[in-house]
Amino acid sequence: MILAFSEDLETALEILAKGRELADSLKTELASVSFRQGSEEKHIESGADRVFLIDSEPHADPVVDGISSLLEQFKPETLLIGGTRLGKEVAPRLAQKLGVGCATDCIDFSLEEKQLTIKRLVLGGRFIAVQRFLKKPRIFTLPPRKFEKKMDKSRKGELIKIPFMPSAQKVQVLEIKKKAPQELRIEEADVIVSGGRGIKKKEDLKLIESLAQVLGGAVGCSRSIAADFKWLSEEHWVGLSGHKVKPKLYVAIGISGQVQHIAGIREAGTIVAINSDPNAPILKACDYGIVGDLYEIVPKLIEMLRKNDGSR
Amino acid sequence: MDIIVCIKQIYDLAQIKVDSASRRPVTEGVAKKLSDFDKNALEEAIRIREKHGGKVLAIIRGTKDAAKEVLAMGADEAVIYEIESDSLGTATFLAGMIQNMKYDLILCGEASIDEYSFQIGPRLAQALGIAVLTYARRIELKEGGIVGERDLENGYELAEAKLPALVTVTKDINEPRIPTLVQILGASKKKITETGHAKPESGVETLSIQAVEMKRKGIILKDIGELARVIISEK
Ligand SMILES: Cc1cc2nc3c(=O)[nH]c(=O)nc-3n(C[C@H](O)[C@H](O)[C@H](O)COP(=O)(O)OP(=O)(O)OC[C@H]3O[C@@H](n4cnc5c(N)ncnc54)[C@H](O)[C@@H]3O)c2cc1C
Ligand SMILES: Nc1ncnc2c1ncn2[C@@H]1O[C@H](COP(=O)(O)O)[C@@H](O)[C@H]1O
Repeated sequence: MILAFSEDLETALEILAKGRELADSLKTELASVSFRQGSEEKHIESGADRVFLIDSEPHADPVVDGISSLLEQFKPETLLIGGTRLGKEVAPRLAQKLGVGCATDCIDFSLEEKQLTIKRLVLGGRFIAVQRFLKKPRIFTLPPRKFEKKMDKSRKGELIKIPFMPSAQKVQVLEIKKKAPQELRIEEADVIVSGGRGIKKKEDLKLIESLAQVLGGAVGCSRSIAADFKWLSEEHWVGLSGHKVKPKLYVAIGISGQVQHIAGIREAGTIVAINSDPNAPILKACDYGIVGDLYEIVPKLIEMLRKNDGSR
Repeated sequence: MDIIVCIKQIYDLAQIKVDSASRRPVTEGVAKKLSDFDKNALEEAIRIREKHGGKVLAIIRGTKDAAKEVLAMGADEAVIYEIESDSLGTATFLAGMIQNMKYDLILCGEASIDEYSFQIGPRLAQALGIAVLTYARRIELKEGGIVGERDLENGYELAEAKLPALVTVTKDINEPRIPTLVQILGASKKKITETGHAKPESGVETLSIQAVEMKRKGIILKDIGELARVIISEK
C-alpha cells in the first residue's frame, strides 16, 4: 500500500496523482488520510482507492499519532507526504519513530525494477542527488505546486472512518494570525517580476510593481531586498532560502543571478533578465537577456506593453 | 536554563566547483563555515542565556575552528564530532549523546544550507520524546514553558510547549553577532570536547551527486522592442 497525506487539499490532490502512477507501476493500492479536511471525495477522483478519515485537527502532534496508528495497522510500504511546512515536520518525525530514512523536497522519483530512487537538490540547489531507500516504509515529501493533479470523476473508492484518540499533545496552538492576502503564495503566480540590488531606493520598487501590474503578475525579489533592506516582506523573496517559484515567465531586474537566487527559479518557464553588467551570471542563466540600465529600460518597456494592451 | 544548540559546519557552497568531466562537486580546498541558520539558533541561545542565565552547550559537527567561532560568539562549551550517515543516523546519534545530558531547551536551524532537509530538529525531538516547535521566528520563555511564533504558509502560529522542548528557528529570528577580538581571544579558555568519528546506520543512500544542467537559451536581445515582443509572447 502507498499512503499519501497532505493537510493542504491542493497538495493532497497533486501527490495523489503522482501516487496513482506509482501505485499502478507497483500494482499496489493507494490510500490517503484526511484530518478533518472535507472534500474527501476529491481524493478518490484524484486516484485514492481508500481514504482514511481521522477526526482530529491537522496539527503536527496528532498527525504524527494518527498516521503512526495507520502505519501499524496497514503497514504501507511507501509514505508520500506533501512538502508543506507541516509535512516536512511530520515526515522526519514518522521516519525517526520507525527508524527509517526520509527524503524531503523530492523533485522527482522513478522506479526501476521495483527499486525506487528519488532526486533532490543539494549543495545550494546547484547539484542533484539521486538517493535510494535502504529500509521500508520509504518516506518522502513532494513540494506543493510541482506536480499536476489529474481528476477523474468516475473513479470509485471508499471513505473509512478511523477511530482515533490522540495522546496528550505536547504543543498547544494558541492563535493563528493570517498573513495579508496580497503577500501570499508567490508560488502560484504565472508571471513574476523580481527586483534586486540594482534598484537604488525603496521608492524605485514602483518600477517593478508597475511592470508586474501591466503583466498581471506578482512581485518577487532577491534576498538583499527582503532580508537586508527589508523593502519587501519575506513572501516576495525568491531563492534557495526564500520561495521556489515556477511561473511561466520570470523577469529578473537588477538581479545578479547568484546560485542561491537561481535555485529558486529553476522551474520557471522562461527567464528574462535586465542587467547593466554584461558579465552578470543571470545573463547566462536566462533565456532572454538585455544589457542596460533598468531605470531606462523598465519605463520604456512598461509603456510599450501598455500600448500593446491598448491595441488589442 | 541549560540550552543545547546543534550546529553543522558546511562547505562554503559558493566556492564549490564542478568537475567538467564527471559533473560532480569538487570540494578539495573549499573553505568551511557554520551553516547559516545554525548561527541564528546559536545567537538566540546566547540571548536567552543573557536574559535568563544558564549555560549554552554547542554540539557541532565540524572542526576545532568551528568550535572556536561558536565559543567566541558566546557559547559556554562545545562538543565536536564527525559523522558519516544520513538524517536518521545523525539524529539517532545526537539523541544518544543528548539523552544523558541536562537540558531545558534544544535549538536547531530550520534546515542546514547544504542538505536543506529540515529533518534533524523534528527527528531529534521525536527521538528524545520532547515537544518541537518548528519554523520559529520569535520565541519567548514563560514559566516552565516556551511560546514560539511559527512562520507557516498562510499565517503566523503562536504555539506553546512545556520544557524541555526543541525549537527550530528561521533566519528572521535575529541577526547573529560578529565576535569581537576580545571575545575571540577569550574563547580559547573555554572547553572543547572531541568525541571522534561516528558511522551510524543510514536510512537512505546517496547514489550520485551531479551538477544541475543549465538548459536556458541565453539569448542577448538588442533593443527594448525585442524585449517587449519576447515578454508578450512568453507570458
Ligand atoms: C545560504 C544562502 C542562502 C541564500 N539564499 C538566497 C535566496 O533565497 N535568494 C536570493 O536572492 N539570494 C540568496 N542568497 C544571497 C545571494 O548569494 C546573493 O547575495 C543575492 O541573491 C544577491 O542579490 P542581488 O542579485 O539583488 O544583488 P547583487 O548581487 O548585488 O546584484 C545586483 C545586480 O544589479 C545589477 N545592476 C546594478 N545597477 C543596475 C541598473 N541600474 N540597471 C540594471 N542592472 C543593474 C548589477 O549589475 C548586479 O548584477 C543566499 C546566500 C546564502 C549564503
Ligand atoms: N550533523 C549535525 N550535527 C549537529 N547538528 C546538525 C547536524 N545536521 C543538522 N544539524 C542541525 O539540524 C538543523 C537541520 O538540518 P537538516 O536536517 O540537515 O536540514 C541544522 O540547522 C542544525 O541545527
